[in-house]
Amino acid sequence: MTVVNAQSIDEALHALAELPEPRLVAGGTDMMVEVNFGRHKPGDVVSLRQVRELRSWHRNDDGSIFIGSGLPYKVMEEGELAMMFPALAQAARTVGSPQIRAAGTLGGNLGTCSPAGDGLPVLAALDAEVHLRSLSGERRVPFSQFMTGVKKNVARSDELITGVTIPMTVGFQGYAKVGVRNAMVIAIASACFVHDESSNSVRLALGAVAPTIVRCTEAETYLDGVLAKATPITSHELDRFKELAASAARPITDHRSTADYRRHAVTILAKRFAERAFNVV
Amino acid sequence: MSTTITATRNILGTSVLRPDGTAKVRGEFHFSSDEFATNMLWGATLRSPHPHARILSIDISAALKINGVSCVLVADDVPGKLTYGLISSDQPVFARDVVRYMGEPVAAVAADHPETCKRALEAIRVEYEVLDPLVDPERCLDQSVPPIHPDGNVFRHQRIVRGDQSIQGEVQVEGTYDIGMQDQAFLGLEAALAIPGHDGRSVELHIATQWLHEDRKQIADCLGLPEDDVQLVLGGVGGAFGAREDISLQVHSCLLALRTGRPVKMQYSREESFFGHVHRHPAKIWMRHHATKDGRIQRIEARMLLDGGAYTSTSPAVLINAITHTQGPYVCENATVDGFAVRTNNPPCGAMRGFGVVQACFAHESQMDKLAVACQLDPVEIRIRNAMSKGDLLITGQPMDSVAPVTRCIQETAAIPMPEAVTSDDPLLLPGGSGRTATSSNIRRGVGWGVSMKNLMYSEGFDDYSTARCTLQDGVAHLKFATSEVGQGFVTLAIQIATSILGVDQVELEQIDTRIGSAGSTSASRQTWMSGGALDGACRMVREMLFEKVGKEHHVDPIRLAIVDTDVVDTMGTLRVPVREASAGVSLSHTFEHHHRPTTDLDENGQGNCHVAFAFVAHRAVVDVDPELGLVKVVQIATAQDVGRVLNPLSAIGQIEGGIAQGLGLAVMEEIVIDNGRVRNPSFTDYLLPTALDAPVVEARFIEEPEPMAPLGAKGIGEPPCISVTPAIVAAIRDAIGKDIDRVPVRPQDICL
Ligand SMILES: Cc1cc2nc3c(=O)[nH]c(=O)nc-3n(C[C@H](O)[C@H](O)[C@H](O)COP(=O)(O)OP(=O)(O)OC[C@H]3O[C@@H](n4cnc5c(N)ncnc54)[C@H](O)[C@@H]3O)c2cc1C
Repeated sequence: MTVVNAQSIDEALHALAELPEPRLVAGGTDMMVEVNFGRHKPGDVVSLRQVRELRSWHRNDDGSIFIGSGLPYKVMEEGELAMMFPALAQAARTVGSPQIRAAGTLGGNLGTCSPAGDGLPVLAALDAEVHLRSLSGERRVPFSQFMTGVKKNVARSDELITGVTIPMTVGFQGYAKVGVRNAMVIAIASACFVHDESSNSVRLALGAVAPTIVRCTEAETYLDGVLAKATPITSHELDRFKELAASAARPITDHRSTADYRRHAVTILAKRFAERAFNVV
Repeated sequence: MSTTITATRNILGTSVLRPDGTAKVRGEFHFSSDEFATNMLWGATLRSPHPHARILSIDISAALKINGVSCVLVADDVPGKLTYGLISSDQPVFARDVVRYMGEPVAAVAADHPETCKRALEAIRVEYEVLDPLVDPERCLDQSVPPIHPDGNVFRHQRIVRGDQSIQGEVQVEGTYDIGMQDQAFLGLEAALAIPGHDGRSVELHIATQWLHEDRKQIADCLGLPEDDVQLVLGGVGGAFGAREDISLQVHSCLLALRTGRPVKMQYSREESFFGHVHRHPAKIWMRHHATKDGRIQRIEARMLLDGGAYTSTSPAVLINAITHTQGPYVCENATVDGFAVRTNNPPCGAMRGFGVVQACFAHESQMDKLAVACQLDPVEIRIRNAMSKGDLLITGQPMDSVAPVTRCIQETAAIPMPEAVTSDDPLLLPGGSGRTATSSNIRRGVGWGVSMKNLMYSEGFDDYSTARCTLQDGVAHLKFATSEVGQGFVTLAIQIATSILGVDQVELEQIDTRIGSAGSTSASRQTWMSGGALDGACRMVREMLFEKVGKEHHVDPIRLAIVDTDVVDTMGTLRVPVREASAGVSLSHTFEHHHRPTTDLDENGQGNCHVAFAFVAHRAVVDVDPELGLVKVVQIATAQDVGRVLNPLSAIGQIEGGIAQGLGLAVMEEIVIDNGRVRNPSFTDYLLPTALDAPVVEARFIEEPEPMAPLGAKGIGEPPCISVTPAIVAAIRDAIGKDIDRVPVRPQDICL
């Protein structure tokens, strides 16, 4: 077993390409759980903890924001990032406990790609792009094409997630997660809602109610049409919006909850977001 | 290991700090999982993946070939008795022909490293023929269902029949209530170190347990050794709540140590812990209350069915507790109760804080609320109208001769101010918490009540005495007992007792082990009463010896002597000798056994004085509910508890707050989810315990009416806090949403769908 404590992206990429059984570890908050449960026996480990480029964020020339994959949640919870992306801050705040938020990263959330990952609906609703880099170059994949199933994504084994680019949007945004405990809980349903004022359009992404994060495109189109009328949303329209939102969900029944409850929870979250963002009569 | 505590005036009634508190907070306390010996091996257990299967063959040869593996043991390697059990010895050390629950031990290995152990377990080949599991408790009562154990599918059936069975109340309310399976979820996982003696036959086990002597008896039987060859030393215990009453890794670790001749350490992971200990009994309870129009209970009919899982554990005793508490803290002269504890292929269930009374209480308190509605009374009024007092007869015919301040508990709880309404939209104050699902406009508030009665000590003729020794030497009191300190604070109390009685300012707590008589279990809210009584007796006897000595030396009648602060004082003269001086150069020692008054069995009609004593408590819950999402935030628990006498206010509050958190867990989140005999959530990822954000504000009042039967006037206080808080929270949820809920834990879908 080799442990590479990478100091740069390049060093990490070389280790990924050259070691026989490389496994990236950022905060380790997912990986160590797998190790403890015996679901994963680490072969070689490539640690990203000291790769400074991954642990920072910056503004691109076009105004969009790049967030490094190794930035811990606690940095997203407050300060400048939180002001630009309140939904991301809210999602970050709801992850685990302070200890987990000090270690856990968006890169790890994307790497694990659980439908219940709290960062993912936000990336979906904000139309983020995921940066994947290997020794043969970098590609950018829209989040909607990145996640392909439960714990499945399009990243190749020689690729490193360097970060995400999120376009700036102006307008209401929010993230909400339903769990049976008031903190430190895995989502049984979650939603991220974004109102883009420049185009007067909305985006709604759901977590934990389907094998992947889903965007509620029908519900979005419907509400965009309602908003275009520039009159307060009626309760009838609100009902239609929340039903369309729920129709995007494909929930299952498991030991955490039931399919019926998950679908119901989506309707409530959708309704409440619309009420918080807009004038409803 | 002994601990010396020097501090002045650690007397009874004051908030003396725990001697182990600082070390625990700093992470320096030595828990049993920290045990270590040079040259030690690690042990691990192979468990059945099936809830019910026949074992066709076990092949250990590949495991034995792994480098670093010292031995592999199966059922045939058990030298003594093949089974153990607290009440009935029906649980195999290792399954031999058949496994009866998922997680049942099949083999154990010892190896040089935990990782080697894991590989060895993977290399053991067990061929199973999978059988249909029996998982529906109701089917266990069907005679035509084949028994899954030679002892049959019913652990115990007991009826209570009292008074006039024909009474039909003008008002009748009924309901069927379900209680889910709760786990004790102590944080300090099962761990032990077994050290073989040089003689090649004896063994010393360092273990986190609730009752050293009972463990020793069962271990010695299985090892085929006399008890003297098995010594137990209490390891640092990180919580117990009933889950350490049964044998888990005790026998396995001793067997491995004796076989290899080397110290063996065993330690469960959180996942294994869920399979390695018993849980709270899931129960289905039907009750019908008959009452007059003005709400006075005339008769109760009830049927209780407890799922005991695969082996007996304490099921028969849990059942008796459940049915004898059918009435709760209310007067009831006529009753018909039918109780069953049955065997299924679900995980074994046994002791957990509240021991059967938790289940009964959820049912009787839900019934009291229905009765209140039916009689158009308020929940407080219906309870006060029926409240029991000292002298009333229970449905077992036993007179209530404990102090019984039920009405005071209710009234003093009702007098506690209500919390303010939440107007802020800070999500952390609202249901849904950090998930930010609600704003204050989405929330409805509810208030609910729960009142309970709980027996103290063991029942039905059991003599669960306790032993303690006090030795006074050079002003230091050396205390020896086998009382398990599991976090409840007996070590603190022991210091307080010795300080108060003997006037010493230095106390030495000797190692807690089996080299003294039994202390009984740290269960049933009994150690303050029982071990407190034993230590109180021992210290008083030593004080008498000291007075004899001082009296003789100073020609004063010992009857005139008393302890004042740290001196022996002549109450009728001027003599004043410091205890340190008076006890210089001598060793005054006494060992004292405290027995509670005897109890009796129940007859076939469930009549008999089966319990020793009782304690009471009232809880009022204020809960904010998000009715659309079914999420809950418990805002405040007000409680007044009948404690007899407060010996350490800080410890007492600790028990009350902790018990309330545990009862809250059962009310709204804690449940082992089982699907056809399989545990679906054996981890803290999915078995949810309340966090700081879920814990309510607790406003507690102590009702201090000293109990004449109790040696220190103090009743046990460990269990009552977790009992009626659960129905109080559920009642508050019902109040908030105006909907009936008849199961715990309450899940979001139970509220909003
Ligand atoms: C107690 C606890 C509570 C939790 N609560 C939550 C919660 O509320 N919400 C939630 O969403 N999650 C939760 N998690 C899961 C976890 O914290 C998050 O998924 C977190 O984002 C993982 O980040 P990490 O850096 O720790 O990942 P790691 O464990 O380091 O990595 C996770 C996976 O991603 C891969 N990976 C990491 N970085 C990269 C990269 N740059 N490129 C490619 N692959 C990479 C790793 O190889 C690994 O497969 C919790 C975990 C724990 C232990």
